[in-house]
Amino acid sequence: MLGDYSLTDLSSIFVMQGFAGLILFSVYTLMALGLAIIFGQMGVINMAHGEFMILGAYMTYLCSGFFQTHLPALFPAYFFVAMALAFLASGALGMLVEWALIRHLYKRPLDTLLATWGLSLILQQAYRTIFGPREVGVELPAWLIGSVQVTDTIEIPINGMFVMAVTLLITAGVALLMYRSRFGAQVRAVVQNRPMAGAVGIDTEKVDRLTFGLGCGIAGIAGSAFTMVGSTGPTSGQLYIVDTFLIVVFGGAASLLGTIASAFSISQTQSTLEFFLSGSTAKVITLLSVVGILMLRPQGLFTLKVRR
Amino acid sequence: MAEDKGNGLQSALRRRLLMGLAGVPAIALLPRTSFAAAPPTSAVNTTGLAVTDTEVTVGILHSATGTMAISETGSIQAEKLAIAQINEAGGVLGRKIKVIQEDGASDWPTFAEKAKKLLVNDHCAAVMGCWTSASRKAALPVFEQYNGLLYYPTFYEGLEQSKNVIYTGQEATQQILESLNWVAKEKGAKTFFFIGSDYIWPRTSNKIARKHIENVLKTKVVGEEYFPLGHTQFNSVINKLKLTKPDVIFTDVVGGSNVAFYKQLKAAGIDLSKQTLLTISVTEDEIDGIGGDNIAGAYSCMKYFQSLKNPNNEKFVAAFHKMWGEKTVIGDVTQAAYLGPFLWKMAVEKAGSFDVDKVVAASPGIEFKEAPEGYVKIHPNHHLWSKTRVARALPTGQFEVVYESPDLIEPNPFPKGYQ
Repeated sequence: MLGDYSLTDLSSIFVMQGFAGLILFSVYTLMALGLAIIFGQMGVINMAHGEFMILGAYMTYLCSGFFQTHLPALFPAYFFVAMALAFLASGALGMLVEWALIRHLYKRPLDTLLATWGLSLILQQAYRTIFGPREVGVELPAWLIGSVQVTDTIEIPINGMFVMAVTLLITAGVALLMYRSRFGAQVRAVVQNRPMAGAVGIDTEKVDRLTFGLGCGIAGIAGSAFTMVGSTGPTSGQLYIVDTFLIVVFGGAASLLGTIASAFSISQTQSTLEFFLSGSTAKVITLLSVVGILMLRPQGLFTLKVRR
Repeated sequence: MAEDKGNGLQSALRRRLLMGLAGVPAIALLPRTSFAAAPPTSAVNTTGLAVTDTEVTVGILHSATGTMAISETGSIQAEKLAIAQINEAGGVLGRKIKVIQEDGASDWPTFAEKAKKLLVNDHCAAVMGCWTSASRKAALPVFEQYNGLLYYPTFYEGLEQSKNVIYTGQEATQQILESLNWVAKEKGAKTFFFIGSDYIWPRTSNKIARKHIENVLKTKVVGEEYFPLGHTQFNSVINKLKLTKPDVIFTDVVGGSNVAFYKQLKAAGIDLSKQTLLTISVTEDEIDGIGGDNIAGAYSCMKYFQSLKNPNNEKFVAAFHKMWGEKTVIGDVTQAAYLGPFLWKMAVEKAGSFDVDKVVAASPGIEFKEAPEGYVKIHPNHHLWSKTRVARALPTGQFEVVYESPDLIEPNPFPKGYQ
């Protein structure tokens, strides 16, 4: 298929395709990060992850409406406010859910799957009742729309780069928080040995609640960012949940590095295959190779050695 | 049993009339309602349907919850509006329509189960319902087994014709062929790139489009891509578009993917005022979620657009907005759903009976001159004669019609040479 095109065409497509892969990588990392924290650190299978993302998306939608009518002068900058609000809203809901539901189920991890799945249905219907069943359109400030013309033939979408920047910031922030802060040390201590962590004076319940809230808050930020590239409706969260779990499981639970490596390999495979084959075939081959690798290495790409 | 119930209701009605005698002077002010002599129930209902002297029961079966609620809500609204209008004008054969609404919940087996409930327990005289082909295929055996009558509103892939279904949307050839001719003539299009969601409707539609492009227009399809339902990342295929530079991008992507596709297309710098894009899956409903700015300039081929300028449509849009709010948009399928109750009413009145067999027999040739889309007529193959229109999307989220087929297009669910 490549014979008919000139060298400049091909090289610029090559560059743009590279960026397409990187953008997909950022999207995957961003959506998996929150889940990796919750699933990896706490062993809770949060099926409502997508709905926490969509809560963030709806916060962005509300924010865009609010700024348009009340503060049109600040509209270009509303997205940052929206992301902060998305984090707070999803995080707060996450903490509430942890308190009301999840903490009773820590000893029955498989039941969390059922409980959070039910939660996801409840949230979907709640969104449908509050915001209506139709998808909503989120107005973007002008500077986020369009693409940067690098050369005559190379164009890079601005919102894609914005997602990349957000991903980079959030990932760095999470890494710092988990490995360089007192809170991170407490989280890791609770993961490794809950009774002992409690014995040395860590409030494990509080750590659990904050960790769950953090994971959900990051999902909210991801949802907010994805309003630029995807849809915002009551069931849009379902579009992300399968890929998200795939990445976390493939990367090896409990490993931040694993999540990133897994997002990278899956996104690159997917985007390269999509270019040379058709969309559905690419997905089939990607899933098959993930299944194949997981059969050989059921613990995922990276694992922490933890005494259970 | 049914007759007993009928008598009870009749006497109840008589009582109510007596009580209302005080208001006799007001009767003259009422629009002509069920006082017109209604034929006796035993004559118009010989098969045990839920028909009394004053009421007839009709079912509505759509997804009010789940993924498909986004699309089916408009259809529910349109059907309720049509039924309200029919009741206001005196009902059907002097009987008011009573609605029983069931929720298919975006789950195909549920559609079959609820269809059975509507037919077997509720004895609905007709059902307005189903949206996706999958839900129709699931419910179809039920309608055939219990001899029900379904009015199906969505444009679909064709290749089906059931005695128990009236298809008020377009089948694939009605939607596609005329618009391809238009784009070939108007835009001089020589190369086409297909992008669709991966399921039966886009695949069948694209197959028909490909045959037409290759055999009739003698031009070329340079790419054909399908993505799983719910796919949200289109950057790779957009790069492929940039490489192949097709004259026309022809799309039938649905659901959340649709929104993602247009947002990313816009972000990647593909300018739809220069690049021709023809879609058969975007109506005003979808633009709500996509955002008018993101899709402005694209061409959509449908039979109905909210912006159509004709007196029928102006009346319809005004009534719709009055009932469901000024901001509600009306897409192609919503209008097709609006036709269902009226087509049924006219067939019942022509047959002089609610019996499904008689209504079905009376259906071919029924004309609806007040249709918002202009004029429709039921073909013996149970689909509608209707026009094809091509319209350009505006940043406001509305469409501007740029082409309308001069004649009504004959429905052809089993097109020869296209399968």
